[in-house]
Amino acid sequence: MSNNSKSKKNKEGKRDFLIISTYAMAGIGAASVAWPLIDQMNPAADTLALASTEVDLSSLEEGQAITVTWRGKPVFVRHRTPEEIKLAKEVSLDEMRHPETDEERVPNEKFIVLVGVCTHLGCVPLGQKSGDIKGQYGGWFCPCHGSHYDHSGRIRKGPAPTNLEVPSYKFLSDNIIKIG
Amino acid sequence: MSKSKFKNPVVKWIDHRLPVFSFMDHELNHYPTPKNLNYFWNFGSLAGFALVTMIITGIVLSMNYTAHVDYAFDSVERIMRDVNHGWLIRYIHMNGASFFFIVVYIHIFRGLYYGSYKAPRELLWILGVLILLLMMATAFMGYVLPWGQMSFWGATVITNLFSAIPLVGENIVTWLWGGFSVDNSTLNRFFSLHFVLPFVIVGVVILHLVALHRFGSNNPIGIDVKGTQDTIPFSPYYTIKDLFGLSVFLSFFAAAVFFFPNFMGHPDNYIEANPMVTPAHIVPEWYFLPFYAILRAIPDKLGGVLFMFSAIAVLFILPWLDRSSVRSSQFRPIYKIFFWILLVDCILLGYLGAMPAEGIYVVLSRIATAYYFFHFLVLFPLLPYIEKTKPLPLSISEPILGGAATASAFATREKK
Repeated sequence: MSNNSKSKKNKEGKRDFLIISTYAMAGIGAASVAWPLIDQMNPAADTLALASTEVDLSSLEEGQAITVTWRGKPVFVRHRTPEEIKLAKEVSLDEMRHPETDEERVPNEKFIVLVGVCTHLGCVPLGQKSGDIKGQYGGWFCPCHGSHYDHSGRIRKGPAPTNLEVPSYKFLSDNIIKIG
Repeated sequence: MSKSKFKNPVVKWIDHRLPVFSFMDHELNHYPTPKNLNYFWNFGSLAGFALVTMIITGIVLSMNYTAHVDYAFDSVERIMRDVNHGWLIRYIHMNGASFFFIVVYIHIFRGLYYGSYKAPRELLWILGVLILLLMMATAFMGYVLPWGQMSFWGATVITNLFSAIPLVGENIVTWLWGGFSVDNSTLNRFFSLHFVLPFVIVGVVILHLVALHRFGSNNPIGIDVKGTQDTIPFSPYYTIKDLFGLSVFLSFFAAAVFFFPNFMGHPDNYIEANPMVTPAHIVPEWYFLPFYAILRAIPDKLGGVLFMFSAIAVLFILPWLDRSSVRSSQFRPIYKIFFWILLVDCILLGYLGAMPAEGIYVVLSRIATAYYFFHFLVLFPLLPYIEKTKPLPLSISEPILGGAATASAFATREKK
């Protein structure tokens, strides 16, 4: 009797193992077939290849700004005036939502380089053209939901959670930067 | 099956092998329907009509549309100016989306008023909410296709909602875009999905109808059909009533298409998309405004996104949130008042969603959002404990055919 039930139990154990391993194999198989179908939606090789941009800053006068395109997004480059640099450096970090010093964000204090996309929901802030509203802190102002950025692109007021992103870039010479 | 109900020999021959005619005869002709349905029961068939209209005009539009960032805007302008009747087809499709949402929103509020989501119709309701979600996704992606300024920036703002998800948010947004911003890859995949999702909707609508025909329609007094004396065959009674409702609907629809085709649109969408310049005032299409107001009412990015999605998620669990066993508001004196407050609240949220997010509008958005969730999460579960419902009639026939004596005799027998 006990022998009988033991062998039955063993049989069930074997059957369970076969069922579980069949499901597991089918699951792994389905997942590996699904992955290419999902990953094809990620950026393609040609999109990634266009991922860097060079900018010549020699014609950019003090107080002027230009907007260049990098990865389909606007990148703001502004040649800051000495007063603006002073304001950006001297402000206390205590009152900031995302405290970062100006030095951390700007390797060459004259030129500030920022991804011109509001960190709230992706609008392009105003402040690049001479007639634009620059917001309460003189940097940039996002018209969509009212975020104010300062001369260092730091969020000071409004719904955006973080400072304007600083793209990775380096100075190839005194006046040429390579973004990306 | 020796005696067929069909006289036509071809129909008879086919039906014996593939009983589609029996099926249609059963579900559309004899289908017993409560005899007391009012005009609010027209909106289901109107929604079906709108869906078919959108699919037919959409297929025709796709024959003239080019899903590429350099050509999309121009191809839509070509449809408007050069393609034969293109302006008519596009205006029907454009306004059809708005009318589809109007009809579906009335259909949903009908369900809320008469308790159509209650047992045994929970899955019927859930399938309906699923259809609403699919409609929203489809409408959003369709609005991107003309590649105007609102298309582009609407797509940017809405896809950026997913960046609020902790840790993987940015990766998900890049994956949705297929790049580092809304671009050609995004437009292509949105076109593909905008084409296929309506057919998914058709599939869910069929399930919605299967679930409906399991127990039949709810009715204005919300009590179950007791027998054949409470029902009439769907055809000709409700086919003719639906056709009359359709002609009224078409009058309004035609007025919009021919006289105010851009009333519910936004002029900025006639400017080609420019990734370098954001329009001063971004507003979604009107049917998203209440949800947009909830998004902006919460002063935290992730919180706003969660509340917005929760506003729809609560609808899925509504059949279990509402603890009252009485379906129709006619017999729920307190709920009836709150129903109208909810309707006004939703319209107020829609208005606030269109206003700039500043000053008094923010305060009002927060109050209206708070009420919305209060209504679903507090009022629905708790109200039945304090509300004294009115006595239910004995049958659907009773309030119509008199039987006052029986009614008064049973008036004391209240349903708890």
